[in-house]
Amino acid sequence: MTLIMPTPENAILARRDEIVGRLRALLPSQSLIVDETARRAYECDAFTMYRALPMIVALPETVGQVQAILRLAAEMNVKIVPRGAGTSLSGGAMPLEDGLLLGMAKFNRILEIDYDNRCARVQPGVQNLAISRAVEARGFYYAPDPSSQIACTIGGNVAENAGGVHCLKYGLTTNNILGLEVVLMGGEAIRLGGKHLDSEAYDLLGLMTGSEGLLGVVTEVTVRILQKPAVARCLLLGFPSVEAGARCVGAVIANGIIPGGMEMMDKKTIHAVERFQPCGYPLDVESVVIVELDGTGEEVDHLVGVVEKIARDAGATTARASSTESERLQFWAGRKNAFPAVNRIKPDYLCMDGTIPRGRLPEVLAGMDALAAKYDLGVANVFHAGDGNLHPLILYDSAKEGDTERAEQLGFDILRLCVSVGGVLTGEHGVGVEKRDLMGEMFSETDLDQQQRVKCAFDPQGRLNPGKVFPILHRCAEFGMMHVSAEKIQFPDLPRF
Amino acid sequence: MNPPAPIIEIHDASDLAEALSVANARGETCGITGAGSKKRLGRHAPASKMLSIQSFTGVTLYEPEELVLSARAGTPLREIERLLESHRQQLAFEPMNFGPIYGETGHAATLGGTIAVNASGPRRIKAGAARDHLLGFHAVTGRGDIVKSGGRVMKNVTGFDLSKLVCGSYGTLAALTEVTVKVHPKPETEQSILVLGLDEASSLALLRRATATPFEVSGYAMTPPGVIPGLDVNAAALRIEGPKISVSARRDQLLSALVEPSNRIMNLQAEHSQKFWAAIRDAEPVARQDGQIWRLSVAPSDALTVVEAIRNCGAPLRAHYYDWAGGLIWLSLSPAPDAHASLVRAAVDSVGGHATLIRADDAVRAHVEVFHPQPQALAALTKRVKVAFDPAHVLERGRMRAEF
Repeated sequence: MTLIMPTPENAILARRDEIVGRLRALLPSQSLIVDETARRAYECDAFTMYRALPMIVALPETVGQVQAILRLAAEMNVKIVPRGAGTSLSGGAMPLEDGLLLGMAKFNRILEIDYDNRCARVQPGVQNLAISRAVEARGFYYAPDPSSQIACTIGGNVAENAGGVHCLKYGLTTNNILGLEVVLMGGEAIRLGGKHLDSEAYDLLGLMTGSEGLLGVVTEVTVRILQKPAVARCLLLGFPSVEAGARCVGAVIANGIIPGGMEMMDKKTIHAVERFQPCGYPLDVESVVIVELDGTGEEVDHLVGVVEKIARDAGATTARASSTESERLQFWAGRKNAFPAVNRIKPDYLCMDGTIPRGRLPEVLAGMDALAAKYDLGVANVFHAGDGNLHPLILYDSAKEGDTERAEQLGFDILRLCVSVGGVLTGEHGVGVEKRDLMGEMFSETDLDQQQRVKCAFDPQGRLNPGKVFPILHRCAEFGMMHVSAEKIQFPDLPRF
Repeated sequence: MNPPAPIIEIHDASDLAEALSVANARGETCGITGAGSKKRLGRHAPASKMLSIQSFTGVTLYEPEELVLSARAGTPLREIERLLESHRQQLAFEPMNFGPIYGETGHAATLGGTIAVNASGPRRIKAGAARDHLLGFHAVTGRGDIVKSGGRVMKNVTGFDLSKLVCGSYGTLAALTEVTVKVHPKPETEQSILVLGLDEASSLALLRRATATPFEVSGYAMTPPGVIPGLDVNAAALRIEGPKISVSARRDQLLSALVEPSNRIMNLQAEHSQKFWAAIRDAEPVARQDGQIWRLSVAPSDALTVVEAIRNCGAPLRAHYYDWAGGLIWLSLSPAPDAHASLVRAAVDSVGGHATLIRADDAVRAHVEVFHPQPQALAALTKRVKVAFDPAHVLERGRMRAEF
């Protein structure tokens, strides 16, 4: 299956030199990448299946420069694709051949740490983990911890509404940010929120979060910081079946316990991890569940006992509680190594991201096995068990004829299965280009039209990150949102894909 | 005086879509009403007809182990809370009851109305607002389109998060027909510590220091003398919830981290603590006064600056108190035709935040902006978002902004 992107506009490509000339007047020379070899570095993000060479790469350093670029883009009808660190797993930052890739990496400063109001004001190119590092001396941290946190930037986290292993208890990005500065496509800079809570009108802060770079360019983020829990302990639990592990997870929550993290791995992953770097996971089980409990010492010790009993009742054959910090980290090491470990089995893997109602896990895993057999491919499963977010890793070899296509088809079928049991296409990786053409599985045409009307309210010309999220691009004029004269219609040759 | 708008009973989403399409065609405006418990909240701008969704009731999905509940928008909140209670669960965002503010007894609110105003309570810092608990919804837009967004799972980034938009939109974008929310375990027990007699600045500083501890405090309020009946001194109140074993341990740790031996302390055990926080949640300390009521959201460390600025410019402050460690300020002012809006807003604008006029006569709310004005570019964007759902301004016209 081939991804169809908006056809590059010849009229724009023909004016490339003129556009570059105008940009040179706006940006210092080191902020503009024109040379083809250097542009190659930006041809994809962490979703490497599809690539495109951007027409121009700009790396602005100031809000004024971002505004100037967007005004120029409006004037010259240039499309914009924003990019943070390029760690998107769904192709959210995949370039357009007739578009300007707007890299925000130079916005890398922490502007203010306000301990009194428990927040930090940072630029969008600051790495997720750098925020926690900057405040850890005083015992604080920034809660959302996507597994790419050493590389991914907070601006990208906002675009994707990034999660992590602790979001059941501490929330996603959307629950942990207080304010944004955003440059709109017309070049206006607006502020949403700040150090206070909630909005004076519509919650545009919430809308921007997870909008996948389709609504505006984020130039500043105010994040909440939290005091680290006094104590964290982990339980390593092994079960004779996937069902038993799932039963345990449900019972923990039914008992009124919301763990800091609750992760599950299937047999294939457990064995891959133990071969990659042994960390003491039991090999005679069908599923491993890691439960992290955090809080004050008394509470954690008490809850460790309660969860251990719940696990035994659910049929756990292994139940070990960490008694030291290094033991806790060792329990986590396998989970954190799961992706590279699985990568040893096959040269490539495709990481899916559906979320399902947790209770449907056994049937979804069985269904997934059947699908994998049908496509003759292997699937290893890592699962944010607490919140139902599945990460099936489809193993394939891109050098082998037809493998890539089969992997992609299997991925689509797995996501359809997730939707059919009441789940969704993506829990934290975003739709991007990867799941774009599956949006119709979850939403009606009317639902998608309404989302696109919102897009039009922000970007009436449809020049910001087109080709992402929505399977069919409508001109805003079709929605009666704006008056368009014949010669000004954008993408007149746009394919309907 | 105009006759009241006719009330039309709506029975299902297609009814609602039909009514809104007709309103679009005829150029009429529609208000949406459930139990009517918030009819005096927002600008006063009567609609040509009221669409009642009071018969849209019933819980359609409740899976305690999955922490999820769906209900039709007109389902009484009381009924949902009773159901959750029977499974030792709750809505963690502690939706406020507007009854005391508008002089009505009981708690008539519906789940839909609660979401439409993004209600939240003292647990805001720890657990979030309604907007943080709305997982998905079904609604009919101002255009008359039946739409859905989100889902029933905890983690979902599929498409734009329209849940955030409808939450707190006062029905101006779409009329909710069904909503799905996250539910949480109800804490086994709770306790509160009141530190008495510190001055206002020190009390607020103590609350902010408490937000920087790892003890999972779930309420941070400060009440001046006389605001809570029987308390004639300033009180800085902290709430701790959870398993019994951990509540008393955390209480002791909090005391030793924050409180001087010379401080006067008062302890509130379970039921007393519950009553105290219900009063804070429902704005009872200002509701009791017959003044106009404002609700201010600011950075916690700016709280006292704002209140002093309002006091110093001569605004007739009758009562006030703080929640959210100072981030939420409730004020009661002597009534005036302009509700002292420019004084209050100038004080808030000097530090950043927003002020909402929660209680004033219809005549006042007809011409004073109830919601905080926005800078030009943001106001223009807000209007474009409104038009994206409701191009003819049919739904709740004038409820939030005079211009739509």
